[in-house]
Amino acid sequence: MKHAVVLDGTRCRGCTTCIKNCPTEAIRVRQGKAAILSDRCIDCGRCIQVCPHRAIRSVSDSLDRLKDFRYCVAVPEPALYGQFRHLEQVDQVLNGLLHIGFHKIFEAAKAAEILAEYVARRIEGSPAKFPLISPQCPAILRLIRIRFPRLIPHLDPLVMPMELAATLARKEACAETGLPPEEIGVFAIVPCPAKVTAAHSPEGLSQPVLDGALSIRDVYLRLLRPMEGQNNLLPLSASGATGVGVAMSGGASHARQAKRYVAVDGIENCIQMLEEIEDGRQPDVDFIELAACTQGCVGGCLTVENPYAAKMRLRRLMDEMSPTSSWPAEPEELDQEIITFSRTPQYSPAFRLDPDRAEAMAKHLRIQALEASLPGLHCGSCGAPNCRAFAEDVVLGRASADDCIFKVRERMRDVAGPESDAYLPPPFRQKKPREGSE
Amino acid sequence: MEPVRLSYPVEGGDFIQAGEASSKMKMTLKKLGLPADVIRKAAICMYEGEINMVIHANGGRADVEITMDQITLRMVDQGPGIPDVARAMEEGYSTAGPEVRSLGFGAGMGLPNMKRYSDELHIDTELGKGTTVIMKIKIG
Repeated sequence: MKHAVVLDGTRCRGCTTCIKNCPTEAIRVRQGKAAILSDRCIDCGRCIQVCPHRAIRSVSDSLDRLKDFRYCVAVPEPALYGQFRHLEQVDQVLNGLLHIGFHKIFEAAKAAEILAEYVARRIEGSPAKFPLISPQCPAILRLIRIRFPRLIPHLDPLVMPMELAATLARKEACAETGLPPEEIGVFAIVPCPAKVTAAHSPEGLSQPVLDGALSIRDVYLRLLRPMEGQNNLLPLSASGATGVGVAMSGGASHARQAKRYVAVDGIENCIQMLEEIEDGRQPDVDFIELAACTQGCVGGCLTVENPYAAKMRLRRLMDEMSPTSSWPAEPEELDQEIITFSRTPQYSPAFRLDPDRAEAMAKHLRIQALEASLPGLHCGSCGAPNCRAFAEDVVLGRASADDCIFKVRERMRDVAGPESDAYLPPPFRQKKPREGSE
Repeated sequence: MEPVRLSYPVEGGDFIQAGEASSKMKMTLKKLGLPADVIRKAAICMYEGEINMVIHANGGRADVEITMDQITLRMVDQGPGIPDVARAMEEGYSTAGPEVRSLGFGAGMGLPNMKRYSDELHIDTELGKGTTVIMKIKIG
């Protein structure tokens, strides 16, 4: 699987900021540069946000890719609308998109409303276990898949709004233009690397339905000029406030008219909630909405504006909109085939020490023994986020026990005697340089 | 084959940290590749045991032993002991005070849940000395 989160080796200085902040311990520093353990990365973008050297980026598709297709459809995520300072209506953004190479727009917000309508009409309810977990945030989906396998059956198996929008948009575009589906390019405009990855390797679909994903940040810059002095705006906006609201934490719960729900945002909070659901001690609710980013998609690391300002702007826009789109979904838009998962997400045990349990236990014993000999300072000098992760790396063959600076110090003392202590940086010294100097 | 042993201190009166031992143990059990339902049972037993020690015994220690066929949880405290074990085993019976209940604990489901989710439960308690609860969960 190809991740959208990538490292720029020329910028990385090998500091330990990212390894310490990664919620799945998916980064190590090797040969002075950070490196991502692909099977553990959930593309949440935490590392991108914390990197002081801007060395971790998200690769998203470039606008040049539009040239590969004869007809291009934009699927803007509603978080895009919250980025502009003096926006009066969503149509300003959508008309702008028609000036940067797109021929047609299908809003993810509109698809979110169709999904909500599907949920409301679903007579037998969701096939998933209660409490239902929202499948909207792909970073959370992937996190569940690698760390909380017991919760996979709780995922309400609905495609993401951008995926439904893409399927419907391609169909419409084919009918309108007479072109074959492969000559139509459908691109989402997304706030986060998780959605870029999901566009290419979807979690709940056996085939991608998008041709790519552009970052809100890239598109924002290109939109500024065409959005100046617009007049005669085409009425393109097809969503109401409900669909736009899914860009904010709680928006998906509101859209599906969940009565007893909890909406959690921020990756650490989400992990805590998932732990609780796994043990059956979650709050007494039917629906749990989880978003890896602060405040929901408006907090994505590929946006421009800070999440709180973006949220305030979306609210202001939503106040001027009707609650939902003025026309109900067509029956073919509510087709179960295109609206639900076409494959069940599978457990991918990224943390398992060994497929064989006896072997895993033997490895764990060696990890425990090594960890007990480590200083427990979690200094990160070895390139692992903490001493336990380092011990694991050694036993799994990803590192050498000599990579611990304290182990090296012991050896130095053996060779050079106790004076060598003074040449070590203060945190690693055992004694003060001069006794009683203070 | 040597068993894997884990040990966690449980602080008394600390409701914020309660559940930490359970979460940490759960991560280790996932690393060992244990079946999901076994992990869940062990996590629930551990959590209830932790909460009990936090509420009633001013903390204690949780020891875990994992072999190929079972998980043994040993919750040891030096608390006041359980005066009436039979009643404590009844659903809904709790001696927790109003402050504890206001936090959503003390619903009287602790020991009943431990019994329900473990395959074996032994309680060894002495008034004024402390309580040791041993729970075994079979790995199918």
